[in-house]
Amino acid sequence: MEAFDPAAVGWARAQFALTAMYHWMFVPLTLGLSCLLAFFETFYFRTGNPEWKRITRFWMRLFAVNFAIGIATGLILEFQFGTNWSHYSWMVGDIFGAPLAIEVLFAFFLEATFFAVMFFGWERVSPRFHLFSTWMVAIGSSLSALWILVANAWMQHPVGMTFNPDLARFEMQDIGALITSPAAVTHFLHATSSSFVLSALFVLSVCSWYLLKGRHPRLAVRSILVASVFGLLSSLLVILSGDQAAYDAARFQPMKLAAMEGLYQGEQPAGLVVFGLLNPDKQPGDDRPTFRHPLHLPFLLSLLANHRLDSFVPGIDDLLYGNPEQGIEGVAEKMARGREALAFLSRYRQARQHGDAEAAALNLEAFRQIEDRLGFAYLNHPEEAVPHVPTLFYGFHVMVALGFLFPLIFLLYLALAYRGRLSRHRWLLRFGLLLVPLGFAASQLGWVVTEMGRQPWAIQNILPVHVAQSSLAATTVQSTFFIFLALLTLLFIAELRIMLNQIRIGPEEEKR
Amino acid sequence: MTLGKTLWTVILIKIIVLLGVLKLFFFPDLLKTRFDNDSDRGAFVLRHLMESQPPARSQP
Repeated sequence: MEAFDPAAVGWARAQFALTAMYHWMFVPLTLGLSCLLAFFETFYFRTGNPEWKRITRFWMRLFAVNFAIGIATGLILEFQFGTNWSHYSWMVGDIFGAPLAIEVLFAFFLEATFFAVMFFGWERVSPRFHLFSTWMVAIGSSLSALWILVANAWMQHPVGMTFNPDLARFEMQDIGALITSPAAVTHFLHATSSSFVLSALFVLSVCSWYLLKGRHPRLAVRSILVASVFGLLSSLLVILSGDQAAYDAARFQPMKLAAMEGLYQGEQPAGLVVFGLLNPDKQPGDDRPTFRHPLHLPFLLSLLANHRLDSFVPGIDDLLYGNPEQGIEGVAEKMARGREALAFLSRYRQARQHGDAEAAALNLEAFRQIEDRLGFAYLNHPEEAVPHVPTLFYGFHVMVALGFLFPLIFLLYLALAYRGRLSRHRWLLRFGLLLVPLGFAASQLGWVVTEMGRQPWAIQNILPVHVAQSSLAATTVQSTFFIFLALLTLLFIAELRIMLNQIRIGPEEEKR
Repeated sequence: MTLGKTLWTVILIKIIVLLGVLKLFFFPDLLKTRFDNDSDRGAFVLRHLMESQPPARSQP
């Protein structure tokens, strides 16, 4: 058995999480602000009112700061694939290669080329072409996100590929299946719409500060009106796609859904825990109560998971130890099947080495019957298949609470700004300053739930993270972790300072 | 310094640090540096898959 160092796996995961979370601080603002710029400039193009041009140019400066600081932060993730996750990288290279290449060649170049026209071309190209460029930046940004999210969705729900037992690679069979996979579609809609919400919150926050200071009231109110409508519509899409994400999780990652809800024993019908404190002593398989002071909404989890009020929703114990009544196979059985799959693969390899084509074909056929259980061969105990329940439960519930709070805030801002009464409600403007950290908290928690909920898998049910990782010493990964921590902290401080400085300066015309 | 110059400076420093220092000295592509061809890389990863299984296993 090849030894793996749990500390090295932990540091490699921490390093990837650190850089991915840092990268995701820029991406949502790029996605959402680019759309808002396109709306602002469309108003300018349609009305000819120079105030809309001033508004567009101001937000374009903040967009440029975010774009410039954030650009290339995704490269750090790619470095880690080749070094820390070389086995994984090799195995998924054929799957990830196509979406990432399309992302770079098509979406990124579309975005970057038109970004130059948008930022530098105000006086050099016609207003119509400038507006076209701004829309292309918005579309290019979302297309970039699409390909990355398709690749990530494949890790949650691997489809459209076959395993090559000679090269140990997953090979693409059907790129259409990857792109149209329910996980990919939902993932894309949820991630982009939540990014739109975050950007709208950013606009509300900056404008609240201006109104509190009595500066640029016309710019602030007009920006708030557009951002509130955009944020409100995006919030509805977040809720709808979030509902679909839970439905997908019930079908493809039921353990993730059970952990998100802290559901240990399956229920029919199953209620949704709106609020509750998890019992820290609770373990899978025991009889201890799961919650202290829970508040349940009956039927809602059944509705969320299966779109049926009276349906059964499996809990962690059902999925872990099996539930024959519901036709659920336990993890111990899956582990046994996984080891069979691995043994057939080993025999196939030996037969190939000895030139025994018949034995190779027989073992390969047997392997194909149970290859979807392969990853379970690498678990030592069934309990390893359970992700960290408290992180998922609290992360999911805080995210959902914020996700329902934001549309109410957009409605309030919209109503008060429309009636010209926003400046009188200073408590709301002060609260508005918190909207950026709250928006980022919801957005980051979404990714924490998505990625932590997939654990212990790098590729759901097929490859656990410790097998995906390179054989490296923990100290090697640890040292690069701290290099990244220092570098990313510096970049973050640089962005904050430049961004805050630009907000303080305000729109161009008024600084004279 | 104007905003444009500041941003270009940040971008250039970042690209130099990422590609000229980190990628070059800290993040080699392990399989590419250790092996000359895809066949050897595949054999290595396949061996890793075979040997990574837990010790207490039942054979079919």
